[in-house]
Amino acid sequence: MRDNETTYTGSSASPPGRRDFLKYLLGGSLLGWLASLLYPLFAYLKPPKTGEVEVSAVNVGKIEDFPKDSGVVFRFGERPALLVRTADGEFRAFSAVCTHLDCTVQYRKDMGFIWCACHNGKYDLNGRNVSGPPPRPLEVYKVVLQGDEVIVSKNV
Amino acid sequence: MDQRVPRSRWFTWLDQRLQLEDLLHFLRKKSVPRHRHSVWYYFGGVTLFLFLIQVVTGILLLLYYKGSEDLAFESIRFIMSKVEFGWLIRSIHSWSANLMILAALIHMFSVFFTRAYRFPRELTWLTGMLLFFLALGFGFSGYLLPWNELAFFATKVGTEIIGAVPGIGKPILEFLRGGSNVTGATLSRFFGFHAAVLPGVFTVILVAHLILVQRQGMSEPLGFQLQTENEAKTMPFFPNFLLRDLLLWLIVLNVLAILAVFFPWELGKKADPFASAPAGIQPEWYFLFMFQTLKLLPAKILAIDGEVVGIVAFGLAGILWTLVPFWDRKSSRGEQNRLLSYVGILVLMYIVVFTVLGYLM
Repeated sequence: MRDNETTYTGSSASPPGRRDFLKYLLGGSLLGWLASLLYPLFAYLKPPKTGEVEVSAVNVGKIEDFPKDSGVVFRFGERPALLVRTADGEFRAFSAVCTHLDCTVQYRKDMGFIWCACHNGKYDLNGRNVSGPPPRPLEVYKVVLQGDEVIVSKNV
Repeated sequence: MDQRVPRSRWFTWLDQRLQLEDLLHFLRKKSVPRHRHSVWYYFGGVTLFLFLIQVVTGILLLLYYKGSEDLAFESIRFIMSKVEFGWLIRSIHSWSANLMILAALIHMFSVFFTRAYRFPRELTWLTGMLLFFLALGFGFSGYLLPWNELAFFATKVGTEIIGAVPGIGKPILEFLRGGSNVTGATLSRFFGFHAAVLPGVFTVILVAHLILVQRQGMSEPLGFQLQTENEAKTMPFFPNFLLRDLLLWLIVLNVLAILAVFFPWELGKKADPFASAPAGIQPEWYFLFMFQTLKLLPAKILAIDGEVVGIVAFGLAGILWTLVPFWDRKSSRGEQNRLLSYVGILVLMYIVVFTVLGYLM
């Protein structure tokens, strides 16, 4: 495969095998050098995983803090969550992150829906996407009443 | 043949070292075609002028701005309430940013409609489009820096849109946000992009763009060369066109001052990552037509999320638009291409209609 090699190099002293070996050695070290240069750079650009506290339950407050037919956004770990108290006094909790484009939703008393201001998406009080662009329902959280405390936890 | 006017000692001193006469000769050789579309030649210069204003006011804002979650909002409030004329500098920076995008849009569409991108100016168009995308990046990153409610949610939505791009979206989203959520880490990164990365890259491409314009001269409209000698009029670039440019820059500066003084830019409410998005949330006007489209798209189009379809469609349209000199062979051959005019009008109408809808709905 390298029969014309000798004709232009004239160096019949170095057999093709050794030449190839050197080529791969130099090429390989060049690649290695590039990788050792680029890897730290790209690794640096990637944000480190900050030990995100895995929250499983949040005490949102006392029952009497939440009037009927109202909603409140609260902090659930690193992300916002929504607690809704329906007109008949039932508690429901959801992730407050709109499934469309990451905005934070709110309970709209006048509509009777959970509403996202960004693109006019609507969810019913079961978290189902009923109108507008949201492609999926809201993630539903579990509400437990312990005494007069409202505890919201993730459905596991 | 050159008029040998007597030169000052300063000029002679510099000329002996830098050959200024050559430069003057080059400048005199450049001419600007005069025709009924000549007015569009000014908008590139206006964009450049507004960019220079951005550089100056941006540096001034850097003297007081603090790019962190706890201090960003407060530092801008400080600039606007305590620093003398701070409100003016910030207002000019915001207004000039918007006018710069507007001027760049007019410049881009006028180049499109006059087919000035055709052979041999493909690279000028390409660098121009790059500059335009960088300008949008400037707008998007700068919008977050006051760390107010509107900016916070606009950044959430904007980066989420990038994240919805199939395949490469997620890693880019994490890179831009500095994590999976919009936080203080995002602000730090955006500040770095806005005040260091983008200005550097922009300047390099801008220089290339301007060198191309100087090398190739002004584009003439199709059919201009066919006119007889005394019909095809030109104007020397230096000093005639340049002086007109400067006069227009002065007018733009005055308009800018009036806008900045009488319609000062608001600061809004500080961002709270654990509050609902406020009603009436909107991105900057130049992103509004895309925002409005995403609002109107159904949740699912043929089993694919509506927003993914929208984002991919806008991405493809942007690539096609950027590459127009390479597929519009007809204009490069010097023939009229009516179809492209209709495409341009359609694109323009789409942008205008959806922007207006965005404000009305």
